[in-house]
Amino acid sequence: MLTVNSNQSLLAPTDQFVHRHLGPRPEDVQAMLEFVGVDSMEDLVDQAIPEVIRMEGRMDLPAARAESDVLEELREMASRNRVFRSFIGMGYYDTITPPVIQRNILENPGWYTQYTPYQAEIAQGRLEALLNFQTMVTDLTGMDIANASMLDESTAAAEAMTLCHRSMPRKSNANIFFVSERCFPQTIEVIRTRAEPLGIEVLVGDHEQYNFAEETFGVLLQYPTADGDIVDYEGFAARAHEHGALVCVAADLLALTLLRSPGEFGADVVVGNTQRFGVPMGFGGPHAAYMACLDDYKRQLPGRLAGVSVDNQGRPAIRLALQTREQHIRRDRATSNICTAQVLLAVMASMYAVYHGPEGLTEIAARVHLLTEILRKALADLGYSNNTLPVFDTLRVHSGPLTSEKVLENAREREINLFDYGDGSLGISLDETVRLEDLFLLYEAFGGDAGDFDPELIANVVERQYPDLHARKTAFLTHPVFHAYRSETEMLRYIIRLQRRDLSLTHSMIPLGSCTMKLNATAEMYPITWPGFGHLHPFAPVDQTEGYQELFRELESQLAEITGFAATSLQPNAGSQGEYTGLLAIRAYHHSRGDHQRDVCLIPASAHGTNPASAVMAGLKVVVVDTDDHGNILVEDLKKKAVEHADRLAALMVTYPSTHGVYESAIREICGIIHECGGQVYLDGANMNALVGYSRPGEFGADVCHLNLHKTFCIPHGGGGPGMGPICVAEHLAPFLPGHPFVQVGGEKGIGPVSAAPWGSASILPISYSYILMMGEPGLRKATDYAILGANYIAERLESHFPVLYRGENGRVAHECIIELRHLREYASAEDVAKRLMDYGFHAPTLSFPVPGTLMIEPTESESRQELDRFCEAMIAIREEIRDIEEGRSDPDNNPLQNAPHTAEMVTAAVWMHPYSRQQAAYPAPWIRDNKFWPHVARIDNVYGDKNLFCECIPIEEYA
Amino acid sequence: MNIPEDLRYTKNDEWIRLEGDVATVGVTDYAQDQLSDVVYVEVSLSQGESGAKGETFGAVESVKAASDVYLPVGGEVLEINDLLEETPELVNTDPYGDAWMVKIRVSDTAELDDLMNAAAYEAYLQERDH
Repeated sequence: MLTVNSNQSLLAPTDQFVHRHLGPRPEDVQAMLEFVGVDSMEDLVDQAIPEVIRMEGRMDLPAARAESDVLEELREMASRNRVFRSFIGMGYYDTITPPVIQRNILENPGWYTQYTPYQAEIAQGRLEALLNFQTMVTDLTGMDIANASMLDESTAAAEAMTLCHRSMPRKSNANIFFVSERCFPQTIEVIRTRAEPLGIEVLVGDHEQYNFAEETFGVLLQYPTADGDIVDYEGFAARAHEHGALVCVAADLLALTLLRSPGEFGADVVVGNTQRFGVPMGFGGPHAAYMACLDDYKRQLPGRLAGVSVDNQGRPAIRLALQTREQHIRRDRATSNICTAQVLLAVMASMYAVYHGPEGLTEIAARVHLLTEILRKALADLGYSNNTLPVFDTLRVHSGPLTSEKVLENAREREINLFDYGDGSLGISLDETVRLEDLFLLYEAFGGDAGDFDPELIANVVERQYPDLHARKTAFLTHPVFHAYRSETEMLRYIIRLQRRDLSLTHSMIPLGSCTMKLNATAEMYPITWPGFGHLHPFAPVDQTEGYQELFRELESQLAEITGFAATSLQPNAGSQGEYTGLLAIRAYHHSRGDHQRDVCLIPASAHGTNPASAVMAGLKVVVVDTDDHGNILVEDLKKKAVEHADRLAALMVTYPSTHGVYESAIREICGIIHECGGQVYLDGANMNALVGYSRPGEFGADVCHLNLHKTFCIPHGGGGPGMGPICVAEHLAPFLPGHPFVQVGGEKGIGPVSAAPWGSASILPISYSYILMMGEPGLRKATDYAILGANYIAERLESHFPVLYRGENGRVAHECIIELRHLREYASAEDVAKRLMDYGFHAPTLSFPVPGTLMIEPTESESRQELDRFCEAMIAIREEIRDIEEGRSDPDNNPLQNAPHTAEMVTAAVWMHPYSRQQAAYPAPWIRDNKFWPHVARIDNVYGDKNLFCECIPIEEYA
Repeated sequence: MNIPEDLRYTKNDEWIRLEGDVATVGVTDYAQDQLSDVVYVEVSLSQGESGAKGETFGAVESVKAASDVYLPVGGEVLEINDLLEETPELVNTDPYGDAWMVKIRVSDTAELDDLMNAAAYEAYLQERDH
C-alpha cells in the first residue's frame, strides 16, 4: 500500500513544482551520492564549492508556491495590463498568429526546446524552416543573401552600419554614417549607442538635404518612413554610391509584397523586423529581425546563416554555413558578438509565409493598404491634412478640427492607442487585425460622426494601385514550399514533419555544456501567449501596463537578490547583448570619473568567443590572460598584465565557474587585483546555474554580471533563440543602466538604448519569474545541488572510460565536466563520437569548447537518474566501439563511428557495405527499441557547403 | 611535415621565397594541416597596393578555423594568385607551389634577415607542439 503524508502536510496544495523540476527521485539522489562517494548533498556541495565564495545565510526569496497558485498570480498580473487596440506602429504591428502555428510551434516543446542547430543532422526540421525564412527575406528585399536571424530591427540596423564600415577599402578613413531622420526613433538611438565606442560619427537629418560629407561610409533609410511615406530613394542611393558609401534600408516586409524591393533601387543591405508575420508584439519581443545583403558582402554578415550542403549519401542537407565569421571562431575579429538569435520566432514568421503564400501575403498587405487609404480620405474630408506621398499602412495626421490632445483623449475612451509626435501631429498604423469597426472608432476619435462615414463607399473611390515608380513588379516566394500548404491539414502535417527531424528535449536529454538545457516547464510557458502579455505594443502608455511594471519590479529585485547586486536592467535581449551592455556601463562609469583612457579589457584565453567580440564592440582593446593546465586563470599572468596596463585597465571579463566547469578558488584574489589596478570586474553569468543559492557574484568581487535567462532561468532555447541577457550591477554602476527614447527606464546617467524595446523581450519574462516563484528558497538552491550532483555523477561514471579533464581542489567538478578524447584521435574523433551519439538517440555534448577535441557535458538538475544512466551507457558503449577499432576488431576505415549517424534509408537499403550489422548501426543498445530517433540525413559534408554556398530553399529537383 | 630548405618562415606560418627583389608568399604545410580542409582564401590587398612588414594581407579559412595572414616583409603587391578563389583546396594539396598567395616587390630585403630558415622553423614547430 502507498503511504500518504501526515494530515498537516496534506493541507498544502498537491501541485508543488520543485519535485517536478528536478529529475532524480529522493532514492536516486541517495544512490547517486553513494556512487560519487559522499554521505550527503551538503558534503558534496562543500567539496565542490570553495568556502571562499560561499554566501552568508540564504537568499531572501519567498518559499515555493504551487503551479496553479503562480499561474493565478500571473493571470491577475496579465489582467492589469490593458490591451488597447494598437495603432502606434513604429516597427510593431498587431498580427494574427494562425492558430495552427501558435499551438504547434510557439506552444509546442517539440519546436521550442531544441538547441542551436550545430549538430545539423538532427536539426534538419528547423534548418529547413530557417532556409524558408532566408528565402522569404531575400525574395522580398531583392537581396542576394539573408541570415537567420537578428535580435531586433534596431540592432540589425546597427549591425548594418558596422558591416558597411568593415566593407570600406583598406585604407579608407571614412567614419561617418548618415541616418535619415525618418527612421524609427529607437533605431536612431540604438545606432548612436553602438557608434560612439567605435569612433563612428552618426549624422541624422533629411536625406534630401544631405550632401555627403567626404568621410561617409554608409547611409540608413526607412522604407516606408516611420511616418508612413513611400519615398523614391533611387537618386539618393545612386549619389551615395558615387560618394563611395553603402546604402542600408530598413524595410517593412509586408509592405514589400506591394512595393518595389530595396534591391531594385540600389540598396546594398536591407534590415527589418518580421514580427508582423504572425508573431505577437509581446510588449517588445521576442521577434526575429532580418538582415540581407548583396553577394559582395556575404562574408561580412553577422549571425547565423543556414546553408545547403550534401550528406555522405549525396543527398541535400542543411547546416550552419560560414561559421568562421562568427564570434566562437573569430573572437575579437568576428563580424559581431551575436550568437543566440531568434530562431523560434524566425520559424514562426517563415511558417506564416508558407501558410499564406505570396497571394495570401499580398492580399493581407492590399487590405491593410486599402483600409489606410479609406481612413486617409475620411480624415482628409474631416479636415485633417496628412501624408502627401503614397503610403502603405501609416498616416501622420496633422492638426484639424480637433487638437491632438482631444483626439488622443477620444481615442483613449475607445481603448485605442495612437502615436503622439508631440508637435500636434499623430501617427496611425493599421495592420492585419483591423476591422471596419476600428475605422469607425478612429473616425469618431477625430471628431467625425459615425453616421457620416461609409467605408464601403469610400472603397470605391480610393486609388489602391501604386504608381509605376513604386509598384512591385518582381515575383517572390516562387519556391513550391510557399505554395503547397494552404489547407490547415497540410500545414499541420508540414509543421509536424519538420518537427520530427529535430531532436529536442521531448525526446532525450541534451547534455550541452555551458548551455543548461534544463526543463522549460509547461506552466512557465502558459502565460506568454495570453493576450495580457502577448498583445501589448512596447510603447503603450505606462498606465496601461501595470501588470508588466510589477512583473519587471519583482523580477529585477529577485535577480538582484540572487546575484547580490543593487540594480537590474532587463533591456539586453540576449547574453551577448548583456555582455555588451555591462561593458558599456563600465566604460560610462570610467568616463564619469574622467578616466577616458581606460580601454583595456583582460580576458582569459579560455573565455567564450562572445567575450572578446563584445569587448571590441564596446571600444575596448582585448588583452588575453593565460590559463594553466587546469583551465584556471594564471593569477601571476593576470597580475602582471593588470599592473602593466593599470593606467588603462577598464575591466576583466571572467566566467564563473570557469568555462572549464571548475570553481576557481582564486576568484576573490583575482577580483581584488583588478580593483587595485582601477579596473572593474565583468562576470559572465553563463554558468550561474552552479551558483544560485550558494554564492553571489556581487559578494565575491564582481561589479556587474549578465544572466542568461534562457539557461539558468528556464526560458527555452527555441532552437537558437530567443534568449534574454539582463544585467545586474553594483550600486556604483546603477546610474549607467541603459535608457530608452520612449519610456523612462535605466539610470539617471544611463547609456543609450541597446535594444529596440525598453525591456527587451518582455513577453518571455513571465517564464523566469514563474520559475523563481514556483521554486522559491530552498527550491532554487536545491536545483544547484542537483546540477552539481548530476555532473559529478556523470564524471564518476565516465572517468574510467573517458578521463575527466579538470576538477576542482577537492576532486569535484562544478555543474559540468569536460571529458578527454584526444588520446583516441587516431581511431575516432570527438566529432565521430558526437555523430555516433545520434544513433543512440542523444544530442552530443558541447563539442571542442573550451578545449578542442573534447566534449563538455552539462546534465542539469532536470534529468532523471535513469536518463543520466542511459546517456552514460551510450558513452561507454561508444568507448567500446572505439576499443574495437584500437584492437583491430573493427575496420579503421569502415566502422559505426565513422559512418554515423545512420539514417533509416541507409540501414534498410538493399545493399549493406559495412562489416558491422545493420542492428549494430541503428539499434546498438536495447533501450533504443523503445525510443528510436532517426536522423533525417547522414553525416553532412561541411566543406562542400562552405565552398558551394547556397542559402535559399533547395530546388525541388535536388531531391530527385 | 614538409619544410623546404630554400624558403624563409614566420612565426605565424607564412613562407617567403625571394628571387631578386620579388618575393612569393604563402602559408606553410603545417598551417594547412592545422586548418584542415581550406574552403576560402582571401587577399585583402589589391595589385599595386603596398603593405608594411607584419600587416595583414588576407585570411585562410577552413570550415572550423580562420587564420589571418601577415606580410613577412614590406613591399608592393605585383600579383595575386586568383586560382585560389575557385580552388582554395590547393592550399592543402600544394602549399608551397600552386597555392602561393601573393608576389610582392620587396622594399627592403634586409627585412628577411630576422625570418627563420627551415631548421629554425622546424625547431620552432616542435617547441610549439609541446
